Amino acid sequence: MSQPGAVAAPKPHVAHGEHHEELGFLRKYVFSTDHKVIGIQYAITALLFLLCGFSLMMLMRWQLAYPGAALPLLGSLLGEARMPGGTMLPDFYNELGAMHGTIMVFLGVVPLAVGGFGNFVVPLQIGAPDMAFPRLNMASYWFLFLGGVTMLASFFLPGGAAQSGWTSYVPLAILAPGQTWWLVGMVFLITSSLLGAINFITTIIQLRAKGLTFMRFPFFVWAQLVTAFLLLLAFPPLEAAAVMQLMDRLAGTSFFLPTGLVVSGQVSGAAGGGNPLLWQHLFWFLAHPEVYVLILPGMGIVAEIIANNTRKPLWGYRSMVYALCFLGFMSFIVWAHHMFMTGMGTTMAAFFQTTTMIISIPSVVILTALIISLWGGSMRFNTPMLFALGFLPMFGIGGLTGLPLAFNIADIPLHDTYYVIGHFHYVVAPGTIFALFAGIYYWYPKATGRKMNETLGKIHFFGSLICMNVVFMPMFIVGLAGVSRRLFDGGASYNFAAPVLHWNVVSSWGAWTLAVFQIPFIFNFFWSIWKGEKTEANPWQATTIEWAAPSPPPHGNFVSAPEAHRGPYEYSVPGAAKDFTPQFEA
Amino acid sequence: MDIPYTVEVRRDTGLTNGKIGIWLFLASEVMLFGALFASYILIRTGSPSWPRGDTILNVPLATFNTIVLISSSVTMVMAWASLMRRRFGTYRLYMGATILLGFVFLVVKYFEYSAKFEHHLFPSTNNFLAIYFTLTGLHMLHVIGGMAVNAYFWGPGAKQYQTNPQWFINRVEHSGLFWHFVDLVWIFLFPTLYLL
Repeated sequence: MSQPGAVAAPKPHVAHGEHHEELGFLRKYVFSTDHKVIGIQYAITALLFLLCGFSLMMLMRWQLAYPGAALPLLGSLLGEARMPGGTMLPDFYNELGAMHGTIMVFLGVVPLAVGGFGNFVVPLQIGAPDMAFPRLNMASYWFLFLGGVTMLASFFLPGGAAQSGWTSYVPLAILAPGQTWWLVGMVFLITSSLLGAINFITTIIQLRAKGLTFMRFPFFVWAQLVTAFLLLLAFPPLEAAAVMQLMDRLAGTSFFLPTGLVVSGQVSGAAGGGNPLLWQHLFWFLAHPEVYVLILPGMGIVAEIIANNTRKPLWGYRSMVYALCFLGFMSFIVWAHHMFMTGMGTTMAAFFQTTTMIISIPSVVILTALIISLWGGSMRFNTPMLFALGFLPMFGIGGLTGLPLAFNIADIPLHDTYYVIGHFHYVVAPGTIFALFAGIYYWYPKATGRKMNETLGKIHFFGSLICMNVVFMPMFIVGLAGVSRRLFDGGASYNFAAPVLHWNVVSSWGAWTLAVFQIPFIFNFFWSIWKGEKTEANPWQATTIEWAAPSPPPHGNFVSAPEAHRGPYEYSVPGAAKDFTPQFEA
Repeated sequence: MDIPYTVEVRRDTGLTNGKIGIWLFLASEVMLFGALFASYILIRTGSPSWPRGDTILNVPLATFNTIVLISSSVTMVMAWASLMRRRFGTYRLYMGATILLGFVFLVVKYFEYSAKFEHHLFPSTNNFLAIYFTLTGLHMLHVIGGMAVNAYFWGPGAKQYQTNPQWFINRVEHSGLFWHFVDLVWIFLFPTLYLL
């Protein structure tokens, strides 16, 4: 790809050879260095893991709705060690819980939002021929794959999968079986994310098309840029923590084991002197920025789709970008609001509740700007737009229910109850995952050259919207009644929980119905590859640069190097011939 | 299709892709070692007693190792500088010296470790040794990684100098940046663990 203004550098002969040679199947679809193939690999892997994590949850929901009852049909298939006679054992329930969180966060949402959409869309949106380091990109995917295999395999290894929650709190995690493979898997996943983050930042800074200044970036590119910085700087401390936990498990060190720890009535043989809170600090130093890693790409997708389907520029694009950067920065200094229950001093608690209050401001700025963007638009209600519109109130509920948790005093009764589960699932499930669905429907024509079916899409949307609320709304009620989030029987052994237990049944049936409503999506996803309505390069009449490339884009992406001539969302410009003026048209 | 700015710099950023990439990688490395140093501070301040490093560890050996690593940084710069002056033979010499000095560091470290094990001082003995072995172990992995990359550029990777010299020089520079970082980590580790 020739770059205007740059003198053609002498190129190695090898590169010339690669240019024309037709790659074999393995190099083209499996060990590919093309960002589009890698993006699709990421997306499909992540979708499978989302289904897998969801399935683990559906098993748990049986135990929560009908504690101790034998699961018909499926129960006997899972083996005597896990579900003797179809009744779930507590250890297996703990494995399911820990792995549901781990898989959904690290193998589902992040690989789809960052690996999938980031890889496929970002180079196209900035007019680049590929990512800056294609082979590194391939390595990131395969590290993720190894991490995923390790996590799944851990179910079948001696000791089973991790049982200590996705947070792996110590000392429990050090003493529990199965944790070692979780840590090894995490090291792979962290490596994958780090390499990916380096690649994204370099690509966005270096490979922008001519004329594409930072303030001409589509909001999605900004979201990916900030996300990549969060991954780059927040993940290494967890890697350090994982190394220390591995040392505690394998080399007998006591980084996280206090002096005089008593386990099952016996004083632990470890040297002691360690600090269990140290793990929590290191873990949440990653895991809070990770929350924004989960949500920011989603916001980016929603912003693209709203601008496109309201046929209006985004309202307050600049404020949204500034809010995004501020949000990214602030996300590094709020982590200890997950730890109000640890008995930290009031000074510390006051500091972290203040920063947490502050970080809600940029989130609200972005959400408000998105809502105001709807005002006065002539909206097209296609499937991507429906999911994007669904995102706004769902994320709103998730965000607002987080405010009481940010306050030290209000957090203490709510902490570790189902209220917290309801809160963050509203952010991630009908929030981020809806945004990701929106993105799939929106960019599917770019990846395949065909649109997904609208009717099936609408069934998928309305079914999911209703079911998501049926699953998660009752959790607020159960949580406010004080039921802890980690009970194997969903609270059945506590008298005080009796008046709210029937809500567990409602949640469970909501979850199983939600699964039924994913069938139209899965069918649609495959059916449309061959039978979907054929589209041209720019089916949504959008303005950003990815729509300048043919659908699907060839190796190297663009027919001729694109240039950016204006901002990203010039819709309905007064006096223009059509209601959109693409960035890439002179 | 070729990725732009692998060899020549982009005019408005003044950088090649690799240069940004390596600095970003080093930023993440700072966070990795930063977390471990922070953990060291937290564990040390939280414990009733903490041995002074020189009562357990061998300060003269570590001083020697510090000198070795700093010298290897110098030879690394000289290797890159020779390439800039297009003196490939001198480059090989200096790069070889860099790898050799890294090897000397590892050998000294091996004797230090085995002396500890002989005296039954293990990571599980106490938290001072735990953090000592973890930090120096992780640092050693970085030394080995840096040596592997340098060895590649000394040997098979050096062929690139014939086909695309500027790209090769850039890559040696990036490898050098990593090597200096590894050196710098040791310069922080040495006083923290051995002297304080």
